[in-house]
Amino acid sequence: MTPNRRQRLSPITRRRLQVFRHHGRAYWSLWLFGLLFALSLAAELIANDKPIVMQYQGAWYFPMLVDYPETEFDGFLPTTADYRDPFVREQIDRHGWMLWPPVPFSYQTLDRDIQGPVPSPPDSRHWLGTDDQGRDVFARVLYGFRLSVTFALALTVGSILLGVFIGGAQGYYGGKIDLFGQRLIEIWSGLPVLFLLIILASLVEPNIWWLLGIMLLFSWLGLVDIVRAEFLRARNLEYVRAARAMGLPSRLIMRRHVLPNAMVATLTFIPFLFTGAITTLTALDFLGFGLPPGSPSLGELVAQGKNNLQAPWLGITAFVSLSLMLSLLVFIGEGLRDAFDPRHIVTSAAAARPTPANHDQESQP
Amino acid sequence: MSQTPLFELRRLSIHFGETQAVSELDLHVERGETVAIVGESGSGKSVSVLGALGLLPPGSQVAGRRTFAGRDLGRLSRREWNDLRGGSIGFVFQEPMTSLNPLHTIGKQLRETLRLHQGLRGNAATRRARALLAQVELPRVDELMAAWPHQLSGGQRQRVMIAMAIANEPQLLIADEPTTALDVTVQRQILALLDELRQRLGMGLLLISHDLNLVRRHADRVIVMQQGKQVETGTARAVFETPQAVYTRQLIDAVPSGRPRPLPPQGELLLSASDFSVTFKRPKPLLRPRPPAFVAVAPLSLELRRGETLGVVGESGSGKSTLASALIRLLPSSGEIRFADQRLDRLGGETLRRQRRALQIVFQDPYGSLSPRMSVADIISEGLRFHHPELTPTVVTERIAEALHDVDLPADCGHRYPHEFSGGQRQRIAIARALILKPELLILDEPTSALDRTVQKQLIELLRDVQAKHDLTYLFISHDLAVVRAMAHRILVLKDGKVMEQGDCETLLHSPRTAYTRALIEASSLT
Repeated sequence: MTPNRRQRLSPITRRRLQVFRHHGRAYWSLWLFGLLFALSLAAELIANDKPIVMQYQGAWYFPMLVDYPETEFDGFLPTTADYRDPFVREQIDRHGWMLWPPVPFSYQTLDRDIQGPVPSPPDSRHWLGTDDQGRDVFARVLYGFRLSVTFALALTVGSILLGVFIGGAQGYYGGKIDLFGQRLIEIWSGLPVLFLLIILASLVEPNIWWLLGIMLLFSWLGLVDIVRAEFLRARNLEYVRAARAMGLPSRLIMRRHVLPNAMVATLTFIPFLFTGAITTLTALDFLGFGLPPGSPSLGELVAQGKNNLQAPWLGITAFVSLSLMLSLLVFIGEGLRDAFDPRHIVTSAAAARPTPANHDQESQP
Repeated sequence: MSQTPLFELRRLSIHFGETQAVSELDLHVERGETVAIVGESGSGKSVSVLGALGLLPPGSQVAGRRTFAGRDLGRLSRREWNDLRGGSIGFVFQEPMTSLNPLHTIGKQLRETLRLHQGLRGNAATRRARALLAQVELPRVDELMAAWPHQLSGGQRQRVMIAMAIANEPQLLIADEPTTALDVTVQRQILALLDELRQRLGMGLLLISHDLNLVRRHADRVIVMQQGKQVETGTARAVFETPQAVYTRQLIDAVPSGRPRPLPPQGELLLSASDFSVTFKRPKPLLRPRPPAFVAVAPLSLELRRGETLGVVGESGSGKSTLASALIRLLPSSGEIRFADQRLDRLGGETLRRQRRALQIVFQDPYGSLSPRMSVADIISEGLRFHHPELTPTVVTERIAEALHDVDLPADCGHRYPHEFSGGQRQRIAIARALILKPELLILDEPTSALDRTVQKQLIELLRDVQAKHDLTYLFISHDLAVVRAMAHRILVLKDGKVMEQGDCETLLHSPRTAYTRALIEASSLT
């Protein structure tokens, strides 16, 4: 009974991990989603209008991290160098070299060298074409994906913190706190979120923090009911009563005995909170009440697709990237739900290792 | 008799995948005969009967020859099964609380059974339903027909279930632990009723029970099962008087025995309560005055001296558990509680929580009282680590080993999880969790009633040893006087929250003053 032996995974957790792993679609979806998110986190290395690293007259430069004035490369202006400018390029190529990312455009780079009208169709220069302002669609999807996911992540974490705290307090203490809390929530959930956001958009310059704050005010409501019900149930469990009889304070009882029960329901809820957050953000951007103009956003891409029906690559890209992201999340959610379902039986494991509980064949003689 | 037996099983085996639940069971029931299958929980007694009648979930394999009144059960179609079950074969299950549909009245449920199997409708069905309720000796039949299941007591519900089972005049009645969930006083009545019905209707009765001594008076033949195997079979008389197998002898001897250790003269007063009562407010209906509060425990006084055991006895609903929880202030109460010269009822917050270390409780349900997410070592040491944060991990580990040793569990089970243990072992873990805090008063709330008789006996012996070793004071709650006699120095009898009588254990058992106590003594078959 060394301390590290005590902290190992409980059999319940191990069983859940096993079920999740056997849920092929969910398992691969999680990997694929994780990979896509990791790639998008490194978006600056993949799609950028600045070189990653360069050498000029024997000295090393890191334009991605540091802003150098143009005069550094014998230019005329004291402003930040534009590495796509033919003059700067020529200077650097003559006195050194540059290492460009695979896509030499950032999400707001306007490509002025396009032959013909914008939006331009996909070619070797712009893999997914450009939008109606000559910006690279691939770069915008990459950055937009990152923004959507981080926004959803922040919103989910915030909702869980708020929802678990408020639902937990209501369920554990019950009585008046519960009664008034529930009535307050009923009124609160009657407020129209979308209208509030639209009104807000006309009052302040909407940025990502404003959007996050406003949506956070409402997104925790769905969690409260689940967490409250779990706390109500768990506070009368015998091992919780035993903990009270041992003299443990409420906060410890809640953390050790009640919260783990509530977290099961909460965890299965996460992927659906997540997809909800992404769809809301996209919808707001599509309507034009979302992120400030110029931000890489999938909703804005959908709007562009709608406005430029002659350029189907815009709509198709938006559709594919959104549906891929949302489907992956729903698959992960299904896997989580099965993993936390105590009645779920690992069917694919039955062939490999038969245990008494997982025989499915009808075998009444 | 040369005619074919009513129900016969030959070399019945049941598998769940790799696990063999029942192997090579032979059994036959004649008309008008009572056969009892006896064994501890997990011995395969219920499984064998359910399996023989095709009631097991898919995934089980049943092998062997099964006949009912000459028909081969292995070759019945689904339709024939349905006619047989509920028609010629009646069932009574263990849980009277869940076997009745809570959304329909008793009368409606009975009429439904009659309509499905006999095609009776309207007045004919109502008349028959009444006759059935009268047959199972239920009072006030008219009221009962319109009653909902939740308005009935456990014993009454079990009678209704029996009425449903005999509605179609079955040839065979299977009663699977029909009395286990009931109070001791009611158990006898139900068994007597089953016996009488068997004689009157001339049906075969197959009784499944874990308590060998309970079936003694009613069974003609007994089959003893252990781990899916038949260990002994014979007439009830032969099995009880000359048991062949060691296991049978164990089951017969599994009666709580022994007496508590004699008390040291004039021990100091540890816990006293005076004018102590527990009431629950009832919800206030809209626009009407609040109804009077429900009195769970009427004002009473009690005293506990150090090293003593006070037994609290009563049927379910008599307020025993409420009394225990309120005494250690897990429930609100009024009146004075004095613990070791301290007014326990005036403590609050932090001081009360610190004081709880000395007042520990062990609950009835060994499955619910341990958190499934924590290892045994974590469960046992949780209170210790909170009350003594200064202890180093090594000391904590030592104390865990000590506590496990006290309850006769191997020291290496600390890193395992509760689901790996049997009911008796879990109850030991719960006791270890209480003991590690070195309490002065230990409240035992029906610690043995969820356990098999043999395990019960071991646990009682363990509790007596632990009491002597640590000079503990017990408040022992039970509905079973046989268990209480083996544990308690003094007894307090509760009924509907009121103290019926209180006094020295042996005196009270020999010369009970109230009819209620006499009924309890009779039910526990103490003589």
